[in-house]
Amino acid sequence: MAIRAYISRHFDELLGKVEAAASPHRYAVLRRKLVLIMVAVAVLPLAIMSAINFVQYQNSLSRELQSPMRVLLNKTRSAFEFFLAERTATVSFVAAAYSFQNLADEHEINRIFQVVKQKFEGFVDLGLIAANGTQVSYAGPYKLRGKDYSEQSWFNEVIFKGRYVSDVFLGFRHFPHLVIAVQHLTEDGSYWVLRATIDTRQFERLIASAGLEPDMDMFLVNRSGVLQTASQIYGNVLQKLPFDMPGATYETNVRTFIDPEGRDLFMAYSYFPETEYALMAIKPRTSALKTWYTLRTDLVAIFLAGVLFILVAAYKLMGVLIRRLQESDERRELALRQMEHTQKLSSIGRLAAGVAHEVNNPLAIINEKAGLMKDLMAMRPEFPDRDRYTGLIDAIIRTVERCRGITHRMLGFARQMDVKIENIDVNEVLKETVSFLEKEATYRNIELAMNLGDSLPPIASDRGQLQQVFLNIVNNAFAAVADQEGRISVTTWEKGPDSVGISIQDNGCGMNDETLKHIFEPFFTTKKGSGTGLGLSITYGIVKRLGGDLAVQSKPGQGTVFTIFLPRTAPDGAFKS
Amino acid sequence: MSLNMDQWKVLLVDDEEEFVTTLAERLSIRGIATRTALDGESGLRRLAEEIPHVLLLDVMMPGMRGLDVLRAVKRDHPAVQVILLTGQGSSKDGIEGMNEGAFDYVMKPFDIDGLVAKIGEAVAKAVGGR
Repeated sequence: MAIRAYISRHFDELLGKVEAAASPHRYAVLRRKLVLIMVAVAVLPLAIMSAINFVQYQNSLSRELQSPMRVLLNKTRSAFEFFLAERTATVSFVAAAYSFQNLADEHEINRIFQVVKQKFEGFVDLGLIAANGTQVSYAGPYKLRGKDYSEQSWFNEVIFKGRYVSDVFLGFRHFPHLVIAVQHLTEDGSYWVLRATIDTRQFERLIASAGLEPDMDMFLVNRSGVLQTASQIYGNVLQKLPFDMPGATYETNVRTFIDPEGRDLFMAYSYFPETEYALMAIKPRTSALKTWYTLRTDLVAIFLAGVLFILVAAYKLMGVLIRRLQESDERRELALRQMEHTQKLSSIGRLAAGVAHEVNNPLAIINEKAGLMKDLMAMRPEFPDRDRYTGLIDAIIRTVERCRGITHRMLGFARQMDVKIENIDVNEVLKETVSFLEKEATYRNIELAMNLGDSLPPIASDRGQLQQVFLNIVNNAFAAVADQEGRISVTTWEKGPDSVGISIQDNGCGMNDETLKHIFEPFFTTKKGSGTGLGLSITYGIVKRLGGDLAVQSKPGQGTVFTIFLPRTAPDGAFKS
Repeated sequence: MSLNMDQWKVLLVDDEEEFVTTLAERLSIRGIATRTALDGESGLRRLAEEIPHVLLLDVMMPGMRGLDVLRAVKRDHPAVQVILLTGQGSSKDGIEGMNEGAFDYVMKPFDIDGLVAKIGEAVAKAVGGR
């Protein structure tokens, strides 16, 4: 449940319920989460695929590596079996071909031994043993005649099984050899044993001729783990293997194991059916899997590169998406704020109109009363203190006129909401607009120059809107210039037969190219905290609506020039604002 | 054909009594016969009693609004010239009034001499149109 809650909480944030998470870091958090999810979704299958491939390939490679080992071991085992079978068959043949009397004859057995030794390599000696275990005759390098074997276990085994192949052992001269003994049953039920010793250096030759790879070790071992041939790794003949023998199987088996010295190995082994031997081959896994390791490194590199690619792609893609989202959020917010601003302006406008109207009526009464006083005074030829009263009344009338100016301006502001096209003297509108700011210019000691063109033709436009345009730009100029040294000049001229030009130039702080690019965008402001960022966008909108054009040139530290061109006739659309 | 100022007949309709009496007195001092009314309905009645040359009509009045009075006058007595008095300058009411056939509009507060001049022009038009 906790996981579900966690997931649903995060998905809520991702899927539209963004308002809930509105914070300055919202987009960064959103981006991080989206990237994580996307990477997880993309990397998980990749990782699973890679892991499966990894294991499968390793297995199949192991099998493929094991198979030659198995073949080699089988081949060598056959050679061993053939060698032993051949020697056993030879001894059996001699036992069958000759009678006890023949073999008991020293001379005869020596002759047979010489023949056998010539034809079959490895025979060291040959001896005849009677049923009571006494060596009857012997051909070979040792003096073994008369030796009694009756108490030895091999003798009992050969009596029991009919034949016997011994483990390798070191003889009197300390070279390894083994014994093959064969029991011969005569027709009358008596028996005797023919025993031959085989030099097992022949085994080394069999292994040497198997064609082993340099890092591969192959040796013969008995069931109790005693080496029957020398091993490259585990020592010489008759030493014990440092590990337990695997379970007996006549099938060739390949498995991996780690020996007591920590070597990671492939081990192939096979027991001989007739004897106590097992043939064993050892190969280090590291060398066998060298290609696999390089491949694995490649695979890991490819996997990591894939993950990195996914990561970068997800990050970049999400960056673009989040930026889009942010932009559209901003645009939405902008539109809302613009609407809000417009509504605010229009309610201020209505308020101003209401106040102006309410104030104008009482002003009219004051005006008429004062006027009547003046009229009455004028009707009397003799009026004491006439001059003094005239002065007082004129002061009232002048004050009323001043108040009228104020209410007029308020109504002008309210009128900005409506477009009314009339014939306008641009110079006059400019003078009126600048007059609002003359006081500020005086306080701040800013030089305000008006270079208004003579005989400027009237244009058909909206007075209130033009006033707003000029006021905005002149206001910006006032904001840009420094006290004492600021200079603002307003210039008008006739530009061709169809339009007039107005330029408002200041020597203020100016703007860089980056700022210039954005100044007409709504809500772009450099007046941190104090600006709405709407002034110039509204200005631009009005100029365009009135069919005009607005251009700006600026250099940081040198100042700014706004140039407005207004058509002498208003476009049709201007009325529809 | 032109009339002397003392032959002009003016009707002033405005809901501000102080304003109405004062302005009427000032116009009378200048020899202009001015009758008054304090709302639209009584204004129309006074107008019917004796047709003036010029009707000075406040736009914003309680009850019958100035523009309604204007329409009624223009319908029944088209020769009467109407000068609208407005507290809102060139507001929609003023412009609408002009479209409805008002002679002109004057924004309060105004200069009496300017108003008298306008009345003169209106009288001339009224007399000429009769």
